[in-house]
Amino acid sequence: MREGSVLRRLGGYAIAVFAGALAVSSAFAADPIKIGFSMAQSGPLAGSGKSALLAMKIWAEDQNAKGGLLGRPVELVYYDDQSNPANVPPIYTKLLDVDKVDLINSGYATPIIAAALPIAMQHDMVLMGLFGLANNAKLNYDKYFSMAPTGEDPANVASKPFFDVADQLNPKPSTIAVITPDIQFGHSVLEGVRNAAQKRGMKIVYDRTFPPSMTDFSTLVREVQATNPDLVVVGTQPGQSINVARAIAEVGLNAQMIGGAMTGLQTTDSETILGQQINGFVNFAYWLPAPKLQFPGSMEFLAKYQAKAKAEGVDPIGYYVAPWAYADLQILAAAVEGTKSLEGDKLGPYIHANTFKTIIGDVQFGPGGEWAKPRTFLIQFQSVKSKDASEFTGTDHLVIVGPPDMKTGELITPFEKARQ
Amino acid sequence: MVSLDLLANAIVSGVLLGGFYAGVAAGATISFGLLDVANIAHPAFVVFGAYGAFLLSERFGLDPLVAALFVVPVFYVAGAAVYQVYHWAFERRGDDSMRGLAFFFGLMFVGEVVLILMFGVDYRYTSAAYASTTLKLGSIAFPLRELIPFLGSLAILAAAQLFLNRTFIGRAILGVAQDATALRLMGADPVRLKRIAFGISIALAGAAGALLLVLEPVEPSIGREFIGRVFAIAVLGGMGSLPGTWIAAVMLGVIENLTSIFAGASWAPAVAFGFLLLTLAVRPSGLFGR
Repeated sequence: MREGSVLRRLGGYAIAVFAGALAVSSAFAADPIKIGFSMAQSGPLAGSGKSALLAMKIWAEDQNAKGGLLGRPVELVYYDDQSNPANVPPIYTKLLDVDKVDLINSGYATPIIAAALPIAMQHDMVLMGLFGLANNAKLNYDKYFSMAPTGEDPANVASKPFFDVADQLNPKPSTIAVITPDIQFGHSVLEGVRNAAQKRGMKIVYDRTFPPSMTDFSTLVREVQATNPDLVVVGTQPGQSINVARAIAEVGLNAQMIGGAMTGLQTTDSETILGQQINGFVNFAYWLPAPKLQFPGSMEFLAKYQAKAKAEGVDPIGYYVAPWAYADLQILAAAVEGTKSLEGDKLGPYIHANTFKTIIGDVQFGPGGEWAKPRTFLIQFQSVKSKDASEFTGTDHLVIVGPPDMKTGELITPFEKARQ
Repeated sequence: MVSLDLLANAIVSGVLLGGFYAGVAAGATISFGLLDVANIAHPAFVVFGAYGAFLLSERFGLDPLVAALFVVPVFYVAGAAVYQVYHWAFERRGDDSMRGLAFFFGLMFVGEVVLILMFGVDYRYTSAAYASTTLKLGSIAFPLRELIPFLGSLAILAAAQLFLNRTFIGRAILGVAQDATALRLMGADPVRLKRIAFGISIALAGAAGALLLVLEPVEPSIGREFIGRVFAIAVLGGMGSLPGTWIAAVMLGVIENLTSIFAGASWAPAVAFGFLLLTLAVRPSGLFGR
């Protein structure tokens, strides 16, 4: 073999090896940052779960369009937890051990977060909790951050807007009944109501919990009616909220205020099923397109979400969980960019130390991982005349009745007056 | 102190709801009690029936009760087809215990996913004009939302009972339940009879589903909430006795409501299932079992 030919062949091999190395190196650079989570795509939490997932997908598209995170594309890895907390630990184990995700996020709502939190603690990872109530109150995990504006004392703050509005009633209410399921969420609501009632010298006349599988509430509502309460706090999960509202309409329960913590009544399917039967209920809300709650990016996000929601078969209006699911990942992304790291030990302190600009406003966390300053408010459904979804778009029929600095209208009381 | 009004309303509501659940459990009583087919997917078929009625209501504006008339024959055919597959794949090979159970579990989950893909996960409800009306007899309320499903279920059970007791095929089905081999020796085809009976059980599930749509909104996984209750009623009633099914369901409904007003609703499932266990300890074949 001639010397020139050998050199050419060696040169060819060298180029091939170099090109291969480049290809491997660019493939490495393009390795996505995987964010893993469970999300309810079936079961009673799926209405909000699907809405949250669509928002997260929109975030991933937006983020990738901006060049990804740390120069790498982001990829969402998710599994359906079927709204069942028992499915959550195996899903996160698979996400971490098989899918090798870089970051984790939570699924939707308190019981699902409660099941994911111990796994985040075992792996020393940051966990953003989407709409959990007091999940970290007893664990005090320093890398848990709650995406619900309930503040550092969530059990009490969740019912605060209800009581703040009730304090303005004339005559002053003196008795209160609570309708809530026998689960962690229900007990958190109950604890908040008991504390608020004690502080105000109110007498609790009914506080028996019900099993989460219960679907007919007519007897329970009659039990409440027999106690003739001035206020009725209803702290229920999706599905239960519809059935309780219907039972209240059938039995004809009346009080100065009814509602407060009815999860699910913020979604379009529940609102359109109830139609006029929803009138008069007061309820917590976290975000609405009211002028004071429109932040940079929020209406653009909403437009993108609503354009996709119908085709995806999810909540077409999307005021409830969707903006929060998007903001949740905005914060995680900002922390990754800020620390140039995916390590929980760096991300956790960074999130604690900084204020984040998101589509739902500026977010700052307190020592317990809840919002440093709560921003919950109370709405009342007023003058709903049909079951059309357009009734629940905008803020005409979803009137903010407290706190005073956010009010868009006056509370109609007693409950039966608002239903006329 | 519990008032008489509250007590009377709790009993009436328990009877109405229990009566409806008897309709939900009627098909399970036939498949589980008469045919020895552990159709764990029965509550899922009830939900399919509800969605069938919803679809007819949305597309053609049919009342759920009218829609039930269209759902029933379709579900009968579907039930007969499911039994044929079950028989061919499991029963004839003697694999009808654990593998058969897995088959019906699988059917339940596949059906749930199909519903999610077709209808999404939102709650679906058809508001019949009468559903928001409540009749009153003194202080006792009879919401039509509960009364109509109660009466519909009563009709379902009565029709099924008449069919089984008064028709040739019905009596032959009862014969299969007692001794399939003896029936075969008499020239009858037990597989055909079981196929008809299973078709009827699924048709009853479809009808109960249409009634469920009157009672409450449905979502694809809501059938899971009924599994325990349906099989408890079938077992308590005596595995194969339709009158027993009705009485057991009404008893459980009333017990649950009375437990709710005296001790709190959280105790209701424990007391109801405690009653089931106690009954089975004394009468292992259920209240009306042979």
